[in-house]
Amino acid sequence: MDAKDILLGLPKPTTTPTPLGHQLLPLPADKKSRPPKESQRKPDGISREVYALTGGLAPLMPSVDVNHLKRRAQSENEKITWQWLPFTSSARKDNLQLYHWVRVVNGVPPSGDYSFAKYNKSVDVIKYTDDEYEKHLTDPMWTKEETDELFDLCERFDLRFIVIADRFPTSRTVEELKSRYYSVCRAILIARAPAPGDIAGHPLVKDPYNISQDVERKRALSMVLSQTKQQERRDAEVLAEAKRISEARKAAKGTDELEVPAMTDTVPDDNDGAAAAVDSLSPSPNAQFTSGAIAPPVSEIASTLASLRMMRVYLRTHALEQMVQAASSSAGLRTIKRVEQTLQDLGVNLKPKVPTKAVCAEHLELRKEILILLNLQKQLQYKEAEGSSYRDGLYAETPGTPPKRVQRAVEQDRTFVPDSFSFGGERMGKRDQKRKAPGRLLEGPPSPAQSKRPRKFKASDG
Amino acid sequence: MPQNLQGECQPDGTNESTPKIQRIKITRPSEDSEKKIAVKRVKDVEVSVPIVYGTIAFWLGRKASETLSHKWTVYVRGATNEDLGVVIKRAVFQLHPSFNNPVRVVESPPFEISECGWGEFEIAISLFFHNDVCDKQLDLYHHLKLYSEEDSGPQSTKKPVVVETYNEIVFPEPPADFLARVQNHPAVVVPRLPATLSLPPAPVQEVHESGRGDTKDHMLSPWFVNFSEADELLKLAAARQQVQAHIMKLRRQLSMMDGMPQSLKPASG
Repeated sequence: MDAKDILLGLPKPTTTPTPLGHQLLPLPADKKSRPPKESQRKPDGISREVYALTGGLAPLMPSVDVNHLKRRAQSENEKITWQWLPFTSSARKDNLQLYHWVRVVNGVPPSGDYSFAKYNKSVDVIKYTDDEYEKHLTDPMWTKEETDELFDLCERFDLRFIVIADRFPTSRTVEELKSRYYSVCRAILIARAPAPGDIAGHPLVKDPYNISQDVERKRALSMVLSQTKQQERRDAEVLAEAKRISEARKAAKGTDELEVPAMTDTVPDDNDGAAAAVDSLSPSPNAQFTSGAIAPPVSEIASTLASLRMMRVYLRTHALEQMVQAASSSAGLRTIKRVEQTLQDLGVNLKPKVPTKAVCAEHLELRKEILILLNLQKQLQYKEAEGSSYRDGLYAETPGTPPKRVQRAVEQDRTFVPDSFSFGGERMGKRDQKRKAPGRLLEGPPSPAQSKRPRKFKASDG
Repeated sequence: MPQNLQGECQPDGTNESTPKIQRIKITRPSEDSEKKIAVKRVKDVEVSVPIVYGTIAFWLGRKASETLSHKWTVYVRGATNEDLGVVIKRAVFQLHPSFNNPVRVVESPPFEISECGWGEFEIAISLFFHNDVCDKQLDLYHHLKLYSEEDSGPQSTKKPVVVETYNEIVFPEPPADFLARVQNHPAVVVPRLPATLSLPPAPVQEVHESGRGDTKDHMLSPWFVNFSEADELLKLAAARQQVQAHIMKLRRQLSMMDGMPQSLKPASG
């Protein structure tokens, strides 16, 4: 039972009884009182508020009192009738007689042109004479007939080039038609102008239509439109990086620096690389990121280099840490651990004992190469998982490759087994993978403890 | 034409004969510096100072007591034992608060502090550079070790516990004056200078009154570790070779898989 039911459903002894008896009491229509809502017809089972969320039942009381509405002033003074009358429109060139309903006030029909006639605008398409054509407008790519046809269509369709392109007898692209139209207009304009200075400010003369630019622009737009979400995200990342870099540079210029024209060789190369990737349109960053191996995060590294330069003095180890962080910025914690494990297996100190410039550079390069290596291994695993699961005919049964993937990662965590620099580990992994696959898949994903321990590879497994 | 830095820097118009654009940048000093003159810095020339810092601790043997079991020295030295005084103006060692005057300031090389005690703790070392070098300080941290990690039996008064760390102080854009002063000093690593660069004349080096600042004949020099980058470089080069070979192998495998007949592979995007 709703509280409202109790309050409003029962008769109140203090108020005057209404003819409706136990029915709802009508409340005055002002904003302070709550209009009695669905208490009578509220559905059982859900509370009033929840039902109201779905839209519920409309309040039974009108929210606005009809008496408060403004009245139309004239309706009492004048006599209004509606009549079906003929009319003419200045927009029509023929003598077609049309009829429509007209609001007649006191027997006087409205005067004036058809109210929509003013919207009948059209473009003033240039008309050239044959003489002018001979003198100024000939073009190897266009015959006179084609040009005349083009202009005729332009006139008919008010420069709607898409329609014109559709109707053009020979197949021409929209850009070609535009180019021809605008260059003809421009030539005529220049030819007819009494002095070149008169029309120098005319948009056609100042900024002529550039067909190649237009084609490129449309192509770029379509590429942007058809970008996948991933590409969008990557572009946003690159843009953010470039912004950070330019802000870092601005900070360098703002505080303390008066730049005499001097150029640095190293940093702007990286920065320009990142900036160029941003400035050019979508194709290049996409090409950069969709290549097989993961490209090192160029912008991250560049901004680290820039910030190191900002410091007046620093330790070589600090610089190496920053660069390692930047290079691994795109890698997760697991990958970083695997990099460190690989370094150990190779007998390399995680932090160089003698961090000279050369040693640090080599160390950084080694880390980057290991990242590439791990990424390639992952790719290989994916491909094999796809291939072997299909071959084993389990593709339809299993939810997907994730369980196999984790398991394979476990086996192949140790690529470089210390003291035996062979690739035996990996090869055996592939063969055994196929043997074990059927059984393993039905078991489900391995337990967390198992996946964390990088096991040395075993030929047989229980 | 060599560029003259004594006055204003030449604008671009006179640079046409030189292949590279002028490499000198004028910097206004930061707010905390009191100098009002501009600092001329040299870009693209990275100056580094290889240093070694650490501790050497001797057990006091029979003379050891509960509160004074070891005598130890904390120091910062040039990696090749050259005089760091050419770069470092002062070193401040922050010892454990239980020491008297835990903040020890050393105004001239060799930059070291010797003490006696019983406990191991972290020592903070702050390096302050000469005015023409850098107005920012550099902080290092080192954990004092008194006890050896190996379980060799009783301690020896003759064999100290030595912990040294190699590092390099890097000045990415050194002031021209500093560079001029140290370009031939053994403690400082200066790369090959570009031919177009010309520096102000170096001031005459003053000899330290207190004696030499280098640590070549230092009392503790027998215990100094000789850090050579050769081993590490070799190891790194070998590791890189392995990794690169592995990468090539994987790339070949991947490209072979891509060439597999379609019937064996599901259609993948």
